[in-house]
Amino acid sequence: MTTNVGVLALQGDVDEHIAALERAGAAAFAVKTPADLERAGALVIPGGESTAVMKLLERFGLKEPIVHRVAAGMPLWGTCMGMIVAARDVADLNQPTLGLIDITVRRNAFGRQNESAEVALPIAAVGAPPFPAVFIRAPWIERCGPNVELLAKRDGHGVMVRERNVLATSFHPELTSDRRVHRYFLAMVEQFAERVKGKSSTAA
Amino acid sequence: MESTGTITVKRGLAQMLKGGVIMDVVTPEHAAIAQEAGAVAVMALERIPADIRAAGGVARMSAIELIRSIMDAVTIPVMAKVRIGHFAEAAVLQQLGVDYIDESEVLTPADDKYHIDKHSFTTPFVCGARDLGEALRRIAEGAAMIRSKGEAGSGNIVEAVRHMRAIGDGIRELSVAPKEELVARARDLGAPYEIVAEVAENGRLPVVLFCAGGVATPADAALMMQLGAEGIFVGSGIFKSKDPKRFARAIVDATTHYSDPSVVLQACRSLGGSEAMPGLDVRSLSERELLAPRGN
Repeated sequence: MTTNVGVLALQGDVDEHIAALERAGAAAFAVKTPADLERAGALVIPGGESTAVMKLLERFGLKEPIVHRVAAGMPLWGTCMGMIVAARDVADLNQPTLGLIDITVRRNAFGRQNESAEVALPIAAVGAPPFPAVFIRAPWIERCGPNVELLAKRDGHGVMVRERNVLATSFHPELTSDRRVHRYFLAMVEQFAERVKGKSSTAA
Repeated sequence: MESTGTITVKRGLAQMLKGGVIMDVVTPEHAAIAQEAGAVAVMALERIPADIRAAGGVARMSAIELIRSIMDAVTIPVMAKVRIGHFAEAAVLQQLGVDYIDESEVLTPADDKYHIDKHSFTTPFVCGARDLGEALRRIAEGAAMIRSKGEAGSGNIVEAVRHMRAIGDGIRELSVAPKEELVARARDLGAPYEIVAEVAENGRLPVVLFCAGGVATPADAALMMQLGAEGIFVGSGIFKSKDPKRFARAIVDATTHYSDPSVVLQACRSLGGSEAMPGLDVRSLSERELLAPRGN
């Protein structure tokens, strides 16, 4: 199975995600336009600045197609900025988001850059040992909807969640050499590709 | 177990800014305009470089109240400048909690021989460079991000082009150099062997490389991105133009889609008849008016 994983490339650490996905065995490419998005079987929204990227998503016509594709089952993973962009809403800020996962996030919740940290984070879903999680001006999850599965917590705050085809992490697995979270996402991608295939063969 | 101030988190913030535009701002209102236009960070300053140049005298770290008010006005990262070698100014900015410190030739140097030991700080630093050797010396001192120096406040892209090409040429030369040459290359570059070997191996700097110093138009931004910049600092180019809001947005759009001429055209068009900042012929500046040679 080779699903092409797109990495949203309006701004942020795009190359790091592409390299990490490739090392985890996937085919990955940069998504800058709606035409690029059509070629993607799954999408990663990388780290970056969420206010800037939300504006660029609207200006360059990517907002609607992403919302549409994810609603139709395309797997999506947001890291840090990507989690904010994918969230239902942002606590205490009137900031637009794509509303792809039923969570409320708090931006820069762990602090400004001086509080950015590397943390050994236990994540049962990817197994032992703890994951080397890199948090950079990171958000945390303040509220989870009823269908959201909480996969990891740091200091009592949610930092990794999944709802059906959408995965979100406050931290940056692409900045380390540990590929377990990338592999977890690729397993999700495979699972949803099977489902789509299953549906189309039933239709046929 | 939690570790703050590691190389990974310091370099990491710059990685999150890639593909974006960092804008010089002198008021909270400017900062809000920059954020609204899609800036990924702002540089908080008392005066933009063109005005520092015009004012003359000694340019120092900005007033703390001003930097604080800009930090309160936006949610994006806030950077601020210290004089080359002035580690006490840097300690003040770290205590204040800015997200990045620019040890900058735009301010009057405090030390004409040595830069700050940037490893000893939790807050990451960005430094300017004119060529590969200078970039690698700053990285050896702990810089977590490099920018071309260009010639700040000139509105003239020629120096930034020269510096970006020099850095790129240096990297390309190293990446094809036989291994036995690397010690001598390190000596010639005036940089530690370990970092030189790393650049030779990976064909890129170990930190993010932005362009700074002379960007005044969307096409300037597209040019620098195509020359290998991973993002753009715009100093005077926005708030010395006739229409800062439009210039800010147009430069962001052109940086995002730098390789697509139809988007860059649209960005240029969006300026209508608004004029860019006035430019200076760098050759008309005397030695002591040039900012880029400060710090080496």
